[in-house]
Amino acid sequence: MHLSARLALPLLLFAAVALVLGGCPKPATTPTDVSGETKVPKGSGLKMAGGEEIAIGAIFSVTGTGAPLGEPEKATAEMLAKQVNDAGGINGKQIKLIIADDATADDKAVMAAKKLIEQDNVMAIVGPTMSGTTLAIVDTCEQAQVPLISCAASVKITSPVKKWVFSTAQTDVLAVERLLDHLKAQKITKVALICDSNAFGQSGAEQLKKQLPPAGVTIVAEEKFDNKATDMTAQLTKIKAAKPQAVICWGTNPAPAIVAKNAKALKLDAAIIMSHGIANKKFIELAGDAAEGVVFPAGKLLVVNELPDSDPQKQVLLDYDKAFQAFAQKPANTFGGHAYDALQLVIAALKSGAADRAAIRDAIEKTQGHVGIGGTFNLSAEDHNGLTKDAFALVTIKGGAWTQVK
Amino acid sequence: MTASALLQFLLTGITVGSAYALVALGFTLIYNATGIINFAQGEFVVLGGLLFFTFAEVLHWPLAVALAAAVIIVALIAVIVERLAIRPLMDHPVLSRIIITIGLSVILRGSAKLIWGVDAHSVRPFSGDASLMIGGAALQVQYLWVMGLTALAVIAVRLFFDKTITGKAMQACAINAEAARLVGISVPRMVQASFALSAGISALAGAVIAPVTFASYDAGIVLGVKGFCGAIIGGLGNGLGAVLGGVLVGVLENLGVGLAPTGFAGLQDAFAFLILLLVLFLRPQGLLSRQRTEGV
Amino acid sequence: MPHRRRELLGFIVAGAVIVALPLATRNPYLLNVAVFIGLHSMIAIGLGLLLGFAGQISLGHAAFYGLGAYATGILTVHYHINPWLALVIGAAVTAVVAFLVGRPTLRLHGHYLAMATLGFGIIVRILFNEGGEFTGGPSGLPGIPHLALGPLVLRSDLHMYSLIWPLVLVQVVLSRHLLRSRLGRALRAIHDSEIAARSCAIDTGRHKLMIFVLSAIYASVAGSLFAHSISFVNPNPFSFMVSVELVVMVIVGGAATLWGPVIGAAVLTIVHQIIVQLGGLYEPIKDLDVVIFGLILVLMLLYQPQGLARLRLPRLGRLTGEGDDG
Repeated sequence: MHLSARLALPLLLFAAVALVLGGCPKPATTPTDVSGETKVPKGSGLKMAGGEEIAIGAIFSVTGTGAPLGEPEKATAEMLAKQVNDAGGINGKQIKLIIADDATADDKAVMAAKKLIEQDNVMAIVGPTMSGTTLAIVDTCEQAQVPLISCAASVKITSPVKKWVFSTAQTDVLAVERLLDHLKAQKITKVALICDSNAFGQSGAEQLKKQLPPAGVTIVAEEKFDNKATDMTAQLTKIKAAKPQAVICWGTNPAPAIVAKNAKALKLDAAIIMSHGIANKKFIELAGDAAEGVVFPAGKLLVVNELPDSDPQKQVLLDYDKAFQAFAQKPANTFGGHAYDALQLVIAALKSGAADRAAIRDAIEKTQGHVGIGGTFNLSAEDHNGLTKDAFALVTIKGGAWTQVK
Repeated sequence: MTASALLQFLLTGITVGSAYALVALGFTLIYNATGIINFAQGEFVVLGGLLFFTFAEVLHWPLAVALAAAVIIVALIAVIVERLAIRPLMDHPVLSRIIITIGLSVILRGSAKLIWGVDAHSVRPFSGDASLMIGGAALQVQYLWVMGLTALAVIAVRLFFDKTITGKAMQACAINAEAARLVGISVPRMVQASFALSAGISALAGAVIAPVTFASYDAGIVLGVKGFCGAIIGGLGNGLGAVLGGVLVGVLENLGVGLAPTGFAGLQDAFAFLILLLVLFLRPQGLLSRQRTEGV
Repeated sequence: MPHRRRELLGFIVAGAVIVALPLATRNPYLLNVAVFIGLHSMIAIGLGLLLGFAGQISLGHAAFYGLGAYATGILTVHYHINPWLALVIGAAVTAVVAFLVGRPTLRLHGHYLAMATLGFGIIVRILFNEGGEFTGGPSGLPGIPHLALGPLVLRSDLHMYSLIWPLVLVQVVLSRHLLRSRLGRALRAIHDSEIAARSCAIDTGRHKLMIFVLSAIYASVAGSLFAHSISFVNPNPFSFMVSVELVVMVIVGGAATLWGPVIGAAVLTIVHQIIVQLGGLYEPIKDLDVVIFGLILVLMLLYQPQGLARLRLPRLGRLTGEGDDG
């Protein structure tokens, strides 16, 4: 027993020292005092010293399951930073873009955010890619009082409004609003839902269940599938028995392509409607013939050539597409567009003279009529997303290509 | 619930289950030869599918050649893996060798991602994109290939064990490695052969299901776990049990989807694993096993 | 006794490092990495006991981690229960669940626990995902309050660091006592030869079960602390692959050693952070992340199967105690 007493001594000593340290107010970078209140003196230690470089952080899911989204976002952010710097920077200062990979994992996103905020002293953070990783770092950014401009679509990110958190992705609320127009035009009143059980699919299902019934559309069946499932015939068989006029599938590749193929094999006699989760060429490649006639809401980038010249977004979209092609040697997609918009909002705020985190936040919140890739942004203290359903075009697949639904 | 819907659930279950059955058979072959639960089994399936994609869709080789090449290459990879990572641990506890297969699965999956990227790849069906209607239930023609090749593989393995010297030697190793060594059978060689055979069968599964499920680098975990489920339900070590167990997992899964009330639709994936737990708790020797160590 | 002196030295060195880190740096990023190393260590220590001294692996410990996180999350968000009480309730619930999973499987010879925990882990994650409003579903449960000691709200990384690392030390001390006890000797006997242990009338199943339940409690507490520190949980951090990563930490550090799991957790967490940083400098490195993890595991098993803690650096390896009398 005497041994354990000897062991206990350093332990107690340690605990005492550590707790004292933990409880002490201190002048260092940690903005926390005894009461747990956070106070950040405006721009303390964060002012752009000497005016050479402005540090902006970015967190993307460059690896892990979010990689197909995170990769183009990263390339886009790098491209935009280079464009701005090549053109002489912002008010004479160069952007220093620091990108961290969260590997599509919540804890790694938290570590990445802390690193950007505390080690790199960034003025704002662009990203993360996914809704889950974004929600995981919301608290960190709110506490540290750093503007966060997410590229993820969950409604939960901006509703309720959080002081320091913004999002540039079109939310499911808007996607469903847009689809509702289509259902009304097609006089479809009976639909079946088949949604991915992940955050994207369930957030969509939630909105569909909220918006469709009040508008007179009955949901006759509701099914789910796992993101990694390889066959959805059983779910579709149940849906077939409910005889819907349309099947709405909310998910991301490759599962919706399997849904389309299984529905075709079952000779399911209903219109197939999907989400902006399939707004990429991969879906057409995977689903093949089964992709024909599928209708979905998507950012206008997909059908940019069909837009009238009067559309204010047209030129912005064409420029982005061309620049991205040249930079990354592959076609641009809407996910990269979210990162483009997010970084542009920060750049616009900096150009307007904002010089610390709080000023950047205020400037972003006041953004009006900012024409971006995802739509035209009009932000306010009540709306930290700032888009309307006009951000979406209604797209269908014909002959293996996208075309706007007339 | 109409009869045709029920038939559809069963039919889909059997077809999907055939793929699990091949994976389960792969598990069993290695388990019998070494006592190892090979966590890289699902990766062999994935590699089979991705290599088949490359040969058939990118290089446009004839179907049979592409299929054979995918199977042989994956079998070779398994032989190399066994030589480099499993054999050196021959004298270590079985647990170490099980854990090393976890490491191998991570390496194989990571390498597949480096080579083929994160996107899924589509492969043309062997004989047209059509589907048949049987009593009101739909069946994709490709699934006839899946079931046919599964049956063929099971029969071939059975004949191999019963009729060939090598097969009999492998069985002897599975029953008692020490005794097998004493009668002059090279145990390491038999272990190597079991890895090759097991990986080849898994690669075949991967290639033949690629047209209906697509080939993507991260599909191995789900396929591996479901196949593993089948192997345990059938009684670990029992080849025929593994095949039936795999099919059973597919059927249960689809009946689970079909019969679950709407509010519980998302729980269907828990179904197979719930059965797994029940089997482990109540009948750990498996539903279909008569005795523990048995060949195919 | 020189062995005990070595062991004591191990504790002193570890204690000194732990106290020195926040003195040397107030960089919250580094402290945050240390917090996660601590959380992973808490789980790994339990797994290390299970693996090293009961010869069993669990492929579902991320589920126990998740049970702790969700239990405190749900109890504090929906029922406004005090976070500390919630943590204890979470641990108790997890212990019962672990008992129910372990009891039927640990009586059997072979690796049935690994199989059962694998299936169990996947089921638990599906339940988190399908819990609707109750668990927050796939998009997660936000708004979990921070822990507080009286008026002091534990929200900074230094606070969490100062809470977690003493707990890790306590765990290591507990492990040490456990191993010196009759139970510990019994467990090592199990590891050496189950038949021999049985013939000495050691109830191997019961002992293995105790260790398994204890390891689940450790994971649950770590999960609760995780949830309170980032004030948000969703199903992602509790997947099968996380369970695997935890096992890897134990193997890399060394299962049957006092400090091995802590070393393993530290090495793997730091390696990941280094890869992330290098990936920022030279793009292709980031894709090597998982491959490197797999390679570390395989190479360790091949060349240093007893883990980094037993690395025979001259003298240094001796510090870790638990040396040659096993």
